[in-house]
Amino acid sequence: MNQIIKTEQFSENVVKLVVHAPRIARARKPGHFIILRIDEKGERIPLTIAGADEKAGTITLVAQKVGVSSQRLCELQPGDEILDMVGPLGRATEIHNVGTVLACGGGVGVAPLLPIVEGFKKAGNRVISILAARSKDLIILEDEIRKWSDEVIIMTDDGSYGRKGLVTAGAEEVILREKVDECVAIGPAVMMKFTALLTKKYDIPTQASLNAIMVDGTGMCGACRVTVGGETKFTCVDGPEFDAHQIDFDELLLRLGGYKQDEVDAFERYLSTQK
Amino acid sequence: MQEYLKMEREQAWRIELRNQIKNKERTALPRVKMPEMDPQERICYQDREVNLGLDVENARREASRCMDCVNPTCIEGCPVSINIPKFVKNIERGEFLEAAKTLKETSALPAVCGRVCPQEKQCEASCFYTLKLKKDPVAIGYLERFAADYERESGQISVPEVAPKNGMKVAAIGSGPASLAFAGDMIKLGYEVTVFEALHEIGGVLKYGIPEFRLPNHIVDVELDNLKKMGVRFERNFIVGRTATFEDLKEEGYCAFFVASGAGLPRFMNIPGENYNGILSSNEYLTRVNLMNAANDEFDTPVLKGKNVAVVGGGNTAMDSVRTAKRLGAARAMIIYRRSREEMPARVEEVHHAEEEGIEFINLANPVEYFADEKGRVNRMRIQRMELGEPDASGRRRPVVVEGSETDIDVDVVVVAIGVSPNPLIPSALPELKVSRWGTIEVDPESMQSSIPELFAGGDIVRGGATVILAMGDGRRAAAGMHRYLTESK
Ligand SMILES: Cc1cc2nc3c(=O)[nH]c(=O)nc-3n(C[C@H](O)[C@H](O)[C@H](O)COP(=O)(O)OP(=O)(O)OC[C@H]3O[C@@H](n4cnc5c(N)ncnc54)[C@H](O)[C@@H]3O)c2cc1C
Ligand SMILES: Cc1cc2nc3c(=O)[nH]c(=O)nc-3n(C[C@H](O)[C@H](O)[C@H](O)COP(=O)(O)OP(=O)(O)OC[C@H]3O[C@@H](n4cnc5c(N)ncnc54)[C@H](O)[C@@H]3O)c2cc1C
Ligand code: SF4
Ligand code: SF4
Ligand code: FES
Repeated sequence: MNQIIKTEQFSENVVKLVVHAPRIARARKPGHFIILRIDEKGERIPLTIAGADEKAGTITLVAQKVGVSSQRLCELQPGDEILDMVGPLGRATEIHNVGTVLACGGGVGVAPLLPIVEGFKKAGNRVISILAARSKDLIILEDEIRKWSDEVIIMTDDGSYGRKGLVTAGAEEVILREKVDECVAIGPAVMMKFTALLTKKYDIPTQASLNAIMVDGTGMCGACRVTVGGETKFTCVDGPEFDAHQIDFDELLLRLGGYKQDEVDAFERYLSTQK
Repeated sequence: MQEYLKMEREQAWRIELRNQIKNKERTALPRVKMPEMDPQERICYQDREVNLGLDVENARREASRCMDCVNPTCIEGCPVSINIPKFVKNIERGEFLEAAKTLKETSALPAVCGRVCPQEKQCEASCFYTLKLKKDPVAIGYLERFAADYERESGQISVPEVAPKNGMKVAAIGSGPASLAFAGDMIKLGYEVTVFEALHEIGGVLKYGIPEFRLPNHIVDVELDNLKKMGVRFERNFIVGRTATFEDLKEEGYCAFFVASGAGLPRFMNIPGENYNGILSSNEYLTRVNLMNAANDEFDTPVLKGKNVAVVGGGNTAMDSVRTAKRLGAARAMIIYRRSREEMPARVEEVHHAEEEGIEFINLANPVEYFADEKGRVNRMRIQRMELGEPDASGRRRPVVVEGSETDIDVDVVVVAIGVSPNPLIPSALPELKVSRWGTIEVDPESMQSSIPELFAGGDIVRGGATVILAMGDGRRAAAGMHRYLTESK
């Protein structure tokens, strides 16, 4: 069950995993995610399905090390098995032909962006993608994104690759240059927040995909709740994508820090056992 | 039914037993006390059961209180009509395995129901002692638990016989008590049964909800093993409607479905500040601890351990949460409930145990707002006092706000346990399925058949939050209903 077929190191902290999961490979659509648990002791962690090969019965995940469970996931090798994996979860992205789509991906957020970019391109849109990261070695999936984009703009905080600056600088340039009909933003919550503020200024409909903290992923626990348009929504069943102009990002940012101290403690415990 | 009860009652051994002791002597005996772990000690463990169980001597003595009534009203109080005097009298005469067998004629999970049924509202409420003598009822729940535990510990659990395979495949969706009861009956009838569960553990609320200090996991596991031995297949990490659609499953040969997906959707109050960190649903809180083992440092999942924990609600879920908080080290673990103690829907025994463990009860109070520190972590809650007015539709007196009665309490964790709504996953996957205004699946109460002929449903998804025994009863009725439907439509 859930055997790892292939791994690829994208950067120091980001790993691509190809996992055997035929049912999920068949049922998934862009925007869907899975929840996995590496072993008995692991946390249930949500990861977007970055791609799938229905014939081979595999799905692609791109994981970033942030805490104990994701660290242990990134250390798995081909042949290893993931104990539990459930999906596809969430609502699929609404993909339609709107004209020109601006796709903004920050850090590991480029992974979930990939199937969406692919979907929009296949639906006949002009797709401009902006990939942003702190520095060159953190830019991932550039070739794959290029394959489905009419234009790709790279932004790095330190200017080590592409242009120096934040994702919003690149996005504004495009907006001022040509008519953008829709925007998709996936990445760290802060990045999505500022992208949403920008597109709101220009009145461009924008979807953001939220990475709330989750437990079950089926609507049972409410850990993933966010405020959208003044109403409480559950990211796992009502999302993960929402109208970015309606999301209360400040609340989301606070909620993401909810277990921070516990996670840091757990991570330190884990590292001390590794020496 | 009446005939069968009479026949059983006229068996020689029962007559003899009745003649051994005079009813006057029987009714003079005091009700047995359940031995319990000491409150101060038990709050140090998340997974040690509070009730320790009766020993043989006490069980037989308690069984001898039962008068084997001509008209056993107790049975009317049991939602699945267990033949109570028959199993109790078997205990009295020392035939404990026979007693367990009697329970299994009707109940799929007696070790569970003996522990978690609200007996004081069901069988024991209708016992002759309660109704007519105004005395403490026969401890039917304790005796049920005794017989089931005795059988399990004797290592002589009988695996029921299974009819030859009839070649038909059916699916149960969800793995809570409703599905387990359904699966047990269907496999006996010769069907191939697969139970699909969304989570990584089988058991539904029995595993992720009810804590081990009330219902140890190993007791549920024995029942699951039994079902496996009988041939039931379990597929975990499988969400019907997502991982595969009903159409996919039909193509794979499933000819009928039993939906028992539970009432998993937590309710919140929608009051200001409710999304601050540290405020969570009882489902999240209990799932982290019971399913993910969060209280144990060796497991990766964290759980918030508060000093001042407030739990909002008065049901079993609220009691389980507040007692869990105490076990996680809370200095102050409080129940905030908007009605009075008498109206609490929780099992009486649990409220009593909670009191022994030092839980504070702030009754007739309701939260109206939460406040947080600069990091967004809750640090204070505002409550409003209530008083009881006229009875509402449920017969309970409706709480009314006392104007100007707001006070603040310091808290660092708040658990919201005000109820759940039906899980919307299945109804949303089947637009043609008839559901009520509340999102419960509508079924024929006899056959449990829904508006889609090959789809049956039961448990909380139909009742919107009920009990283990009612869910089990539904599972059994659905099995009978589905069997009839599949045999007739052949
Ligand atoms: C729908 C969805 C899709 C996702 N897709 C991907 C993906 O494709 N690739 C990927 O690398 N990650 C993705 N994530 C984020 C990923 O789930 C988290 O990084 C992971 O759960 C962290 O687990 P951990 O146990 O290693 O870290 P923890 O030890 O739990 O946490 C370490 C630190 O990360 C923070 N944190 C915890 N959970 C999250 C979270 N969900 N998002 C952001 N910070 C968090 C904690 O506050 C803590 O500071 C996704 C999340 C969601 C909800
Ligand atoms: C904390 C708590 C304490 C309780 N205490 C008591 C008590 O003391 N006494 C008592 O009698 N009752 C108690 N109850 C109520 C009782 O547990 C429920 O009434 C009973 O479990 C309902 O059983 P069920 O079979 O309908 O579903 P559940 O036990 O709710 O199980 C449903 C299962 O279905 C799964 N599922 C949902 N959708 C899908 C899908 N699409 N595909 C696959 N799987 C799916 C869910 O993950 C879940 O595991 C308590 C409940 C809670 C939450
Ligand atoms: S199943 Fe529940 S209600 Fe019925 S006899 Fe047993 S304890 Fe009482
Ligand atoms: S009503 Fe009470 S005393 Fe009478 S048979 Fe039932 S349990 Fe025994
Ligand atoms: S993760 Fe539990 S409700 Fe969304």
